[in-house]
Amino acid sequence: MTDFLSALASFFSYPFVQKALLVGSLISLSAALLGTTLVLKRYSMIGDGLSHVGFGALAIATSFHIADVAVGFALPVVVIAAFFLLRLSENSKIHGDAAIALISTTSLAIGYMVMHKNGTNVDVGNYMFGNVFTITDSDAVFSVVLAIAVMLLFLLFYHKIFSVTFDESFSKAIGVSPALYNGMIAVLTAVVVVLGMRMMGTLLISALIIFPSLTSMRFCKSFFSVVTVSAGISLLAFLLGILLAHFLDFPAGSTIVVINALFYLAGMIFSKIRSRL
Amino acid sequence: MALITCEALSLGYEGGTVVSDLSFTVEKGDYLCIIGENGSGKSTLIRALLGLKEVSRGKIRYGDGFSRQGIGYLPQQTLVQRDFPATVTEIVCTGFLNRKRFSFFYSEKEKKEAADIMDKLSVSSYKEKSYKALSGGQQQRVLLARALCAAKDLLLLDEPTVGLDPLMSATLYRVIQQLNREGLTIIMVTHDMEAALRYASHILHLHKDTSFFGTKEEYDHCQVCAQFLDEGETPHD
Ligand SMILES: Nc1ncnc2c1ncn2[C@@H]1O[C@H](COP(=O)(O)OP(=O)(O)OP(=O)(O)O)[C@@H](O)[C@H]1O
Ligand SMILES: [Mg+2]
Repeated sequence: MTDFLSALASFFSYPFVQKALLVGSLISLSAALLGTTLVLKRYSMIGDGLSHVGFGALAIATSFHIADVAVGFALPVVVIAAFFLLRLSENSKIHGDAAIALISTTSLAIGYMVMHKNGTNVDVGNYMFGNVFTITDSDAVFSVVLAIAVMLLFLLFYHKIFSVTFDESFSKAIGVSPALYNGMIAVLTAVVVVLGMRMMGTLLISALIIFPSLTSMRFCKSFFSVVTVSAGISLLAFLLGILLAHFLDFPAGSTIVVINALFYLAGMIFSKIRSRL
Repeated sequence: MALITCEALSLGYEGGTVVSDLSFTVEKGDYLCIIGENGSGKSTLIRALLGLKEVSRGKIRYGDGFSRQGIGYLPQQTLVQRDFPATVTEIVCTGFLNRKRFSFFYSEKEKKEAADIMDKLSVSSYKEKSYKALSGGQQQRVLLARALCAAKDLLLLDEPTVGLDPLMSATLYRVIQQLNREGLTIIMVTHDMEAALRYASHILHLHKDTSFFGTKEEYDHCQVCAQFLDEGETPHD
């Protein structure tokens, strides 16, 4: 037991671990806050599509040796893609989900093509699955600032975001513009996706956004409780995930997703049992 | 200038025109009832007045007293996802958002006002319940309470009494009449002719080409309406 505690203490004393904990916690929290709205608006696929666009953008940035500013390059690209995907999914004349699938697979294909052509030293696995322990200092600062900005904006406009999520026509009638707040959600999601990509990877980031909300929706009845509980779940899953990953030598991103999946399962069983009582 | 002036207004969908060449005015403090058969364009008109539906021809002009910050609205139908997590209080309070900028907390005054309105509409007993777990009529009351929270100058109601029990309908008419006397402008779509003729100051009767607009007294003497009332009675033969 003392062995374990001292191992834990030494784990937390590494600067790279502290950095990972800080960045990861903030990203997990901001992802979970946005998740509720995205799930309720049926926008979950947008998060997934954006992560693929992000992969393409990161791959291109790295291949052209602008890796230092890769995130700075990917961010505007993904924000623009977010607006585009939002328009597609709002326009009922096009099959929004099919269009998102087209855009995300195309970005993935272009990204991999560019990577393949420009040398073999780029680690594709790192982009696909991320690594929270190898975040650079400048990326860490960037991530902390943006994640805090995302959370602040969300809290500041919390009720308006709720209103627009619940009932767009009423909101528009009283002057709370759905276009504005949907756009804001799309931009914030784009930011979280880009930040989360370094940590979770392209393939796993959307799990970080939607899992905690889906779990808390199984047993919370108010919007406020869903948002706060999912933030808590997300943080807990991140901390547990990173510890397990370290001590059992699992990849961190995948471990976090698996723990989120287990939480979801537990939530499902809990709500089933409660409804029987 | 009047609160709302419609000039030669036409509204339609891709399938064709629904309302054509309609003109009427709403003054501050009016109680306008919009009536007409199903599909005559009442909801479409309300949505156009709110800017939720574009105008195909003609014009809607808004007077000085008109502001988004004082509008309350009850839609005819609100499609809410089956599993949406939201309590009654959370929904009712969104009515205040037309007057708030940053909004993490509602003021004590707003909480008090919401509580009063929920009392009036007998919503208080389930105010912490989940919206999705309520009956249809209870949900209608919640959306009415939200509309009342939002309405400071103008209240638009699209068939507010649908799904309400007779007692609640009567209460609702009384509450709205009271608010109207205090200066709130009311625009209400209804199929309840008796209530329309009892409470309204003005009537707008939508009918393909021969729509009628005027005061309630003028309406009593017009042709279309007599016809409409007769039609309504024929099935009793
Ligand atoms: N979204 C839409 N797309 C196409 N046509 C529509 C749409 N909404 C309504 N319409 C058509 O417009 C006409 C007017 O509809 P509206 O809902 O305004 O009628 P209403 O007077 O409110 O009827 P009700 O008494 O049934 O509520 C109808 O013929 C309807 O078919
Ligand atoms: Mg209607």
